[in-house]
Amino acid sequence: MAIESDVLVVGGGLAGVTSAIAAAREGADVRLLAHKKSTLRQASGLIDGLGYVPPRTPQQEHADYISQQRQDFRDVRGERGDYRGPLQTPYEGIDALPDAHPYSILGADALRDGLALFDDLVGDTYLGSHTERNALVPTFGGAVKPTARYPRAVAAGLASDERPMLLVGFRSLTEFDAGMVADQLSAAGVLFDVRGVEVPFAESFPTDTKITRFVKAFDHDERIEGTPARRALAEAVEAYVDDAERVGFPAVLGDDNAAAVRADLGDCLGADVFEIPMGPPSIPGLRLEDRLFEALDAEGVRLETGVPAVGYESAGGTVESVIVDRMGSDVPYAADAVVLATGGLVGKGLDSDRDGIREPVFGCHVPHPEDRYDWFVDDAFGDQPYARFGVRPDASMRPLDADGEPAFANLFAAGAVVGGADAAREKSASGVSLATGVVAGRNAAIASRERTERAGASP
Amino acid sequence: MREQHRADEADRRRRTTDGGVAAETADPGQPDPVEVFPEGEFDLRPGADDCYKCTTCETSCPVAEVDESFPGPKFQGPEQWRLKRKDEIEIDPSITECSNCLRCDTSCPSGVGLAQMHNTARGEYVDNQLPTLSIKYVRNRILANYRTSARLASVFPRTANFVMNFGPVRWAMEKVLHVPSERDFPEFATQTFREWWAERGGAQVSNPDKRVAYFHGCYANYNTTEVAKAMVRVYEHFGYEILVPPQKCSGTPMFANGMLDDARRHAVTNVENLVEAIEEGADVIASCTSCSMALRNEYPELFDIDGIETVAENTFDALEYLRINEDLQGAIQDATVSGEFAEAFAYHAPCHARNQGLDRQAIELFRDLDGVQIEDVGDSCSGISGTYGWKEEKYETSMEIGAEMFEHMEAAEGTTGMTECPTCGMQMEHGTGYDVHHPLEVLEAALVE
Repeated sequence: MAIESDVLVVGGGLAGVTSAIAAAREGADVRLLAHKKSTLRQASGLIDGLGYVPPRTPQQEHADYISQQRQDFRDVRGERGDYRGPLQTPYEGIDALPDAHPYSILGADALRDGLALFDDLVGDTYLGSHTERNALVPTFGGAVKPTARYPRAVAAGLASDERPMLLVGFRSLTEFDAGMVADQLSAAGVLFDVRGVEVPFAESFPTDTKITRFVKAFDHDERIEGTPARRALAEAVEAYVDDAERVGFPAVLGDDNAAAVRADLGDCLGADVFEIPMGPPSIPGLRLEDRLFEALDAEGVRLETGVPAVGYESAGGTVESVIVDRMGSDVPYAADAVVLATGGLVGKGLDSDRDGIREPVFGCHVPHPEDRYDWFVDDAFGDQPYARFGVRPDASMRPLDADGEPAFANLFAAGAVVGGADAAREKSASGVSLATGVVAGRNAAIASRERTERAGASP
Repeated sequence: MREQHRADEADRRRRTTDGGVAAETADPGQPDPVEVFPEGEFDLRPGADDCYKCTTCETSCPVAEVDESFPGPKFQGPEQWRLKRKDEIEIDPSITECSNCLRCDTSCPSGVGLAQMHNTARGEYVDNQLPTLSIKYVRNRILANYRTSARLASVFPRTANFVMNFGPVRWAMEKVLHVPSERDFPEFATQTFREWWAERGGAQVSNPDKRVAYFHGCYANYNTTEVAKAMVRVYEHFGYEILVPPQKCSGTPMFANGMLDDARRHAVTNVENLVEAIEEGADVIASCTSCSMALRNEYPELFDIDGIETVAENTFDALEYLRINEDLQGAIQDATVSGEFAEAFAYHAPCHARNQGLDRQAIELFRDLDGVQIEDVGDSCSGISGTYGWKEEKYETSMEIGAEMFEHMEAAEGTTGMTECPTCGMQMEHGTGYDVHHPLEVLEAALVE
């Protein structure tokens, strides 16, 4: 077989990259497969650890869950217990999580290790490592989100900072309503003055102009109607700055040259400039993806994108190879150990239809109620059982079969394919990817080394 | 005991259709499927339904990044398809602004057939809305049928090389046909690859167990014959018997210009000859990544021709095939390159290579090769996209898209370019003045005496 590696990682999101690098740092020869573009470009680019925890005991939780089923959501909403938070630190809430949560299985140190690896990979482009405390970052919905690490670009916008703030939107970028965000923040009781304003900028751009068009224009400081983009924006904002010491924009301020864009705007406006992370497509998420893929390259991880893993070959409870569909022909990629980091329901690492929920590559066991009406509750923002669907791992991140035994001796799982976390409500998505990724990657490298040693020992 | 497990084929969502052009019954023994949609129309419903508007395709589009008026792939694909369901709405002319890089198709996490949707919309636009007497139609038809012009030119290659880049001729071409005078026409080889192949007496290796059929495409036959010759020498070095079946254009420039009838005509010839080679035990190898992309992806998506799936499933890129079947990495680690190809290369992965999962193979292969340095110039599109950059009205967009690649090439240590795609190569040369080579040429220098 021509394509071989010590460790093969399936999946190119945060969990896949983390486990690939964790394995490479253990000395393994690692190959990473990424089929489609990862969900990083739909995520905020913030690195959450844990922001909120369920307020209840497991027994209460079960009673609530039963009471939420098949009821009018208006009744349910009143009964719904609010999550506790925002937490001061991600670590203080881990004890309150359900037993099947990855943090409960792995412990706080896995999250610490994951964040430490992340800090090392992103260098000074991210902040927050100076403290265990969560930072509070304003979102484009006007909420304040607790997060463990944040891009430098959002630093001046933190809600813990009490300097007066101006938020700026423009007509041709309909996704961001500065006035609404400012009102929401004020209503949430932030301790600073915040105003929102919509300025005329790039008026010649149609309202369905793609976000990437703005990014490119700022990045290269292109002329828009004759004026360089950065200056044109600064001129449009100038009159509104007044006593604001920091000015926030939707996160479209450049890509490779983002720091220069913020600096130029800041110089013109005499204030600190920051970005508010946006919904999809997320430019901070794309910037993070670029950085992580550069890190893969620097760590010597081999990389293949655009082709899916569709199955595997096994012998005696050990995965021997992953079958890759290369444009219609099945090619086995041999590996001593494999990390499954294909994502959850959104990332398509889990597949579902009316009959059930599946993990399609290895057919790993995904515990879920048989009746599909038990997969959800009517309250859209309630405790949705489906949010916690995923493979169930042991403490070394090996997915377990229906009997609670490791499905394969050398298969490990990381990221959203692992069940147990309600990442959206807990604000734990990145932390779960980092913690599970670091453990899965390390253990895959160890499993690979042990296999090689065993093969060397036997004649 | 080794067991094999494979996910269900049904997940793969590929719908073979034959919309707009004459259909052939694939298997006369099979009953006709129930027609849910009007006859001859592409069934794009599953693709449209799978789109959940995550905008991943939009962030992958190189045109939307430089042209604010381009509504992007999500519009061209699922949204336009839905819009057109009820009323007599014409295809939006912005479809002609799409460069056919197909990055949207590869990026979509939901498996929406964006390539199929773009190709279909473009075909419909050209059929129904672009007057056949318009200069644009005529020019696009000429560009799309490059093989026809190249065949003529190769009869008198020296004359053609002179005339095609002769100032007054180019001035006239720009005025009449709107072909930008900034671009240099590619040089025609004085002997085509097929002439060379015949002259050397065909295959030098005979091996019924290791057989490949070479789809050289137009460019390696008429222009960069050194790439085709390198393919032959490298494959013979590994003991392969090479077949060179009769073939026409892969169809890529035709899809890109909405000329699906032309593409289908050529596909019929290609499929017929390649199926015959496959029956003789060969796999199909292409050195141009747009050709392999067409045979593997567009063919089964767009045409219902007997054997077309067989061709798609048995086609590979030349380097990819060796990686899968030979110890290429090992061979490279033992080799050294000296002379002409002992260079530092700035490598650009063509979009159509990216779409096939080939974007990293040259980098990972050659960084282990003594005498050669290689650097990836990033994931930007070159902007030329085949015939796109050869249109006067698209020239500027093409160069704006390419700007990032030019910058990265200039920042790279090497001053020689490398890519698999002939037109990306033209753009790299045009933007930087670097010579550009194909990975097979370097592989030949490393492995063949």
